[in-house]
This record gives sequence, structure tokens and C-alpha cells, in this order.
Amino acid sequence: MTLDLPFIWAGLIAFAVLAYVILDGFDLGVGILFPFVKGERNRDEMMNSVAPVWDGNETWLVLGGGGLFAVFPLAYAIIMPAFYAPITIMLLGLIFRGVAFEFRWKTKRGQFLWDWAFAGGSTIAAFAQGVALGALVQGIPVVGRAYSGGWWDWLTPFSLLTGLALVIGYALLGATWLIWKTENHVQRRAYDIAFWVAPATLVLIGLVSAWTPLLNAVYMHKWFSWPHVLLAVPIPALVLVAAIVLLKGLTERREVSPFLASLSLFVLCFVGLGVSFYPHIVPNSVTIWDAAAPDNSLAFLLVGAVVLVPIILAYTAYSYWVFRGKVNAVGGYH
Amino acid sequence: MGLVMDLFDPLVLARIQFAFTVSFHIIFPAFSIGLASYLAVLNGLGLWTGRSVFVDLFNYWKKIFAVAFGMGVVSGIVMSYQFGTNWSVFSDKVGPVLGPLMGYEVLSAFFLEAGFLGVMLFGRERVGPRLHFLATLMVAFGTFFSAFWILSVNSWMQTPAGYAINANGQFIATDWWAVVFNPSFPYRLVHMLLAAYLTTAFVVGAVGALHLLRDRSNQAARIMFSMAMWMAAIVAPIQIFAGDFHGLNTLEHQPAKVMAMEGHYDSHPDGAPLILFGIPNPAEKRIDYAIQIPKLSSLILKHDLNAPLAGLDTIPVDKQPPVAIVFWSFRIMIAIGFAMLGLGIWSLWLRYRGRLYDTPWMHRAAILLGPSGFIAVLAGWITTEVGRQPYTVYGLLTTAQSASPIAAAAVGASLIAFIVVYFALFGAGTYYILRPMNKPPHPHEPGLDPDEPIRAGGIMPAPAMDAAGALQPAE
Repeated sequence: MTLDLPFIWAGLIAFAVLAYVILDGFDLGVGILFPFVKGERNRDEMMNSVAPVWDGNETWLVLGGGGLFAVFPLAYAIIMPAFYAPITIMLLGLIFRGVAFEFRWKTKRGQFLWDWAFAGGSTIAAFAQGVALGALVQGIPVVGRAYSGGWWDWLTPFSLLTGLALVIGYALLGATWLIWKTENHVQRRAYDIAFWVAPATLVLIGLVSAWTPLLNAVYMHKWFSWPHVLLAVPIPALVLVAAIVLLKGLTERREVSPFLASLSLFVLCFVGLGVSFYPHIVPNSVTIWDAAAPDNSLAFLLVGAVVLVPIILAYTAYSYWVFRGKVNAVGGYH
Repeated sequence: MGLVMDLFDPLVLARIQFAFTVSFHIIFPAFSIGLASYLAVLNGLGLWTGRSVFVDLFNYWKKIFAVAFGMGVVSGIVMSYQFGTNWSVFSDKVGPVLGPLMGYEVLSAFFLEAGFLGVMLFGRERVGPRLHFLATLMVAFGTFFSAFWILSVNSWMQTPAGYAINANGQFIATDWWAVVFNPSFPYRLVHMLLAAYLTTAFVVGAVGALHLLRDRSNQAARIMFSMAMWMAAIVAPIQIFAGDFHGLNTLEHQPAKVMAMEGHYDSHPDGAPLILFGIPNPAEKRIDYAIQIPKLSSLILKHDLNAPLAGLDTIPVDKQPPVAIVFWSFRIMIAIGFAMLGLGIWSLWLRYRGRLYDTPWMHRAAILLGPSGFIAVLAGWITTEVGRQPYTVYGLLTTAQSASPIAAAAVGASLIAFIVVYFALFGAGTYYILRPMNKPPHPHEPGLDPDEPIRAGGIMPAPAMDAAGALQPAE
């Protein structure tokens, strides 16, 4: 039996991207919500709730990007130029918010600047990611082994909608994370915000889901033909369940279930995207087998990944365990 | 006119963008590779001798390491996307060979970050000194492994080996061992690691010297200055030899680069001169106002005064690197190398006379040379990267063939954005690195500010919870 290495790697890369989206999602979300919570101590508390983990979360982005380069170089070579502007903007946004974690504590006078860098960088990075995702779903023109579209092709009403959806979605993740990890004023504000962004996220998920099959006959075909239709029922049904758990958790002032329900929404949307994409990595033009590097490259890196990724996951889980419980403004956990 | 026209060429803009982002990035790893090892040594000495001054020094430099490492991480994320955005054809063609190497770099860096950085930064009181020392060692090893893989990637591009080319025009690996340990890799790795150690040593030396000028009895300042000067005296000469070996290796595999470094436009059939200084004149293909020592270049490169050396006249014009940049950057690197050696020798003499800590001119010189390592590292990389033009994969793929099909406006706009953002943010970061250096190290040097949050990807070991939990009543 020979292993289907491109398939295995597609699963690993998809996992890395999902890990990135849900992990960095909530810490970007905390940044997005920064302007909506006033008071230096409250903001200290918000930042402290993600400070120990954001760096590790962001490394999944490097793993996703680096992994794409290593195992699907053709996809990397097509997608990156196609999303030149959103990717550059995302990187700059991530730099702003990343340095804010260090610099905000080094100055009193300039602190408001780093508050803005944190909030602005987080929001811009989230929006650029959403735009790039929407543009990818729309499909990108490919001729030979290169992107053949223009430099503004990524900018469409659909991609702007997905950009907005991701900002609101990350804000929901951030708000429900804060509900879980903080108390008193910050937690109350997080509940207030979640009451707004939870329904907004659900509406946006509905809009994007309804629009996607209309973009392209292939998506329509995938979702509404046998046997795919078997998935077309349970995924929306599960989304509905998660939505109910989320709204119920918020009304009953539960602390953990809103966050878990929000995570589930993201995972389900991601699975839905996977159904739309598979077996393509660049929608409707390049499959994972077209884009894959030769098997010996995939095998060479897989050896390292099989050893190191479980260790990394174990460590990540351990770090969340260590930092369990509520955070307070001076960085202590209790 | 030529430059103005070039600025509308997306290829030139993409090259400037890569040069800018990678030059900014390399400053931080060059420092943190050396500093991680220095921290490991300080920690080990503290453990071994039981002297608290080493712990004070460790805490002093740890704070600086945290900021430098953070900026290295953030500027590194940009690098992993530069290949795709601006060099997509290159990415498609070399991905199967270089991608896995870079994948290993990410995995080892990830492992380091997730595993040990947090313990190193925050954990001494919580895990005990021995485990803490182990964590510091692992961070040092982690920076080494990162450098290992990245330099292997760069070296493969300079001296490709162990590859074949498939039907899609992609490079594929036929022998991973030959790919990773390609001909120039061992030389480049040693040269770069020594450069990182020297860079850090001169920063440490300058900070020590600064505080000796203010108070020559400061014990911690004396120790850091003394350690840095030992590094200068021992490593600078080793580095000059390592650089020489690296140069001989380059002569074997990339002779055109050495011709540009030496300024040899013409071939010398019976012994080539060593051009110390001069002004390259690309139009006339000669070095103006050259100050040269006859036959010395042949002696250095071929170990024979009369050995013939080919010049750029043997290389087709379209396959020559730009001479002036390589010629100058090489000389800057060499000059700094010998200045470092000079300071090292002076320190030995003063040490012998027992006046190492009370010779203000020595301390002023050390402060002057404080940033010299960074300049030398940048000059060295400019030499090797400009010197391998016009290729990305030497002799096989040209830089012009590697670029993305991107309009000049897009590349230019993103370049401007990177320049503005980098200067603003990393300028602030450099200030936050320099500020603690201006404060003298003192006994019972605190660790990181307890008011600051636990950050920088750190993972607090489990006993931390118990310690923290013991202080506060359970909810």
C-alpha cells in the first residue's frame, strides 16, 4: 500500500490553517474589541488574557504559509501574487499588533499609540484575511503555472462581505473568550458586545453561505448533487445547533459554552469551505495532486512533521492548561 | 536617469523590497543567536560558580533578548511570504527542494518557541536553576537550528547540489544529504555563526565599556567587558580564517563573485595584485586610483605568487555581478573584521598590563565598535547576495526569471509601506532595546518587570501555577 502523500499533506495544511483561524481568531478578536472597552486597567486585563498564547497562535500562520510553499509550491506560487495587496496589508497589520504586545508596557505617554496599533492592526489583519478568503472562494484565473488576473481582482462585493464577516466573527470569538477569561467590568462589557456580534455573525454566515453556491456552478453542483447533499444537510443543521447553544449561553450568562459554540461555528464553516473546495486547492483550477511537490519532498518533511507536530500540540494544550482560570490586570492568574 | 527608469521596473522594485525586508530581519537573528548562547554561558557560570553576579547579568541581558527576539519573529513572518508574493516563479520551481528545508526551520523554531522560551524568560524561580539552565541551552540550540536550516537553503541557492529537474521545470531532490550539506553550506554556516557571536560580543563589550566609563568598579560591567574582549581576542582571528576558507570555497564555485570582490576586471596570467582600495569604474572596466600590492591576491587565493587568476573579462557581460557594490561591501566587512581583531589584541595587551578596566580610550573604542558587527553582517550578506547575481539559483535560474508577474505599482506601493512601517516600528523597538542598555547592571538585577504581562510566546511551567496559586486565595 502506498500512502497518498498529497492527500495527507492537504489534511495537515488544512489543520494548520484551521488551528490558526480559531486560535489567532480570538486574540485578533480581543484586539478588534479594544476600542469598545475603556479604561487602562480593563485593557491591560484584555491584553493579558491573550499575552501568553498569541505568539504561539500566530506561528500556525507561518506553518500554514511555509507548509504551502514546501508541499504545494504551485498553489503557493499562484495564490500569493493573486492576493498581493491583502497579504501585504495583513502582514503589516500583524506587525503593528505584534509589537504592541511588547511596546505597550514600555511607555506611559505613548501608550495610546500602541493601543491604536493593537486595535487597528488586529482589525486590518482580520479584514485582509477575510477578503483574501472571499477572493479565493470566488476563484482566481490561472494560465499555465501562474496567476493571470489583475491586481484588483480580489476586490469585489463578495470579498468585502467575507472581510466584514471575518472581522465580526473574530470579534465574537474575542468577546466570548473574554467572557470566559475575565470577570467584573470587562466580562460585563464582553457580554454586551457578544449580544450584538453573535446575531451579526450568524446573519453574515447565512449571507456568505447563500451567496457562495451562486458564485459558481461547481459549488452548486457539489452542494446539491448526490452524494454531497448528504453533507449539505448536517452542516447547516449543526450550525443551527451551535447558534442555539451560543445564544442560549449568552442569555443564561454562561461563561464557557458561548466560546465553545463560537469555535464550533468556525470549525463548521471551515468544513463547509472544505466541501466546496475539495479536491481543488486553487478553486476549480488546480487540484491538490496538481500542486503537490514530488513524493520524496512530501515524505522528507512528513518525517519531521509526524515527530514534531504532536509535541507542539501537546505543548500548546499544556500552555492553555497552565494559563487556565481568570486573568487579572497585573498579569497574574488565579 | 538610469535609476529613475529602474524604479518603474517591477523586478528592480521586488529586489529592493526583498533586500530591505531581509536586511531588517537579519539584524535581529544575528543578535539573538549570539545573545542566546551568551545567556546560556552566563546561566551555566552562575550555576557552576554560585556567584550571583552571573545571575544579575543573565537578568540584565534577558530583558534585551526578549525584545530583540520578538522583533525577529515579527519581521520573520514577512519573510515567509516574500517568496510567494514577489518571487512566485522561483517558489514554484525551487519549492520541492527548498520548501521542506524551510519547513524544518519553521518546525524547529516553533518547537523552540513553544517549548523553552517561556521557561527561560519567566521560569527561573519556578522550575529551579538546573531546569532553567537546560531551557536556556535549548533556546540557544533552537536559534542554532534555525540558522542551520536557513543557511542551508541560502547555500543551496549559491551552490546547488543533489537535484534533478522534472517535466514541469521544477527542481526536485535526488539526494537530500547532498541538498542540505551542499558545497558552500559548512563554510557559510561557520562564518555566519561566528559573525553572530562577534556581533553580540561587541554589543556586550560596548555596554560594559559604557558602564565602566561611568563607574569602573561596577563588578557586572567589568565581567561583561572582560568576557566580550576575550571573545574579540579569540573569535575575531578565527573568523578571519573562516572567512578566508569561505572565500576559497567561493572561488571554486562562484569565481565571478570573487572577481567582483577583488575588483579584477582583467585576467592576470602571472600573478594577480591585491587591490586594497580604489574606485570601481564600471564604464571603463577598471579600478581607478587603485592602491594595490602586486601578486598578493594570487598568494591569498591560490597560495602561489605567480598563479594565474582569471578576471571578469572571461565572463560574459550579462553573467557578471555588479562590481562596485560587491567591491565596497567586501572591503567594509574586511575593515571591520580587522578593527575587531585590533581591539581584541589591544585588550590582550591591556589585560597583560593589568589595565583592562581603567583605560578610558579602550572603552571609548569599544563603544565605537559596538554596532560594528551589524554593519559587518550586512556588508557580508550584501557581498554574497549581490555577488551571486544575476542568479537566484546559481548558474541555473536567473533573478529575472524568478520574479512574480506583478505590476510595478503594486510592488512599489508595498515597498513604500514596508519602509515606512519598519522604520517607525523597529525604530521604536531599537529605542526600547537601547534604553535598558543605558542603565547600569546592578546587584539583584530584577527579571522582567512584574507589572508586565507574561508574554512573548512563553509557556509557564506547571509549578508556576502552584506558586501563583499559593499567593492568592482560591476562588
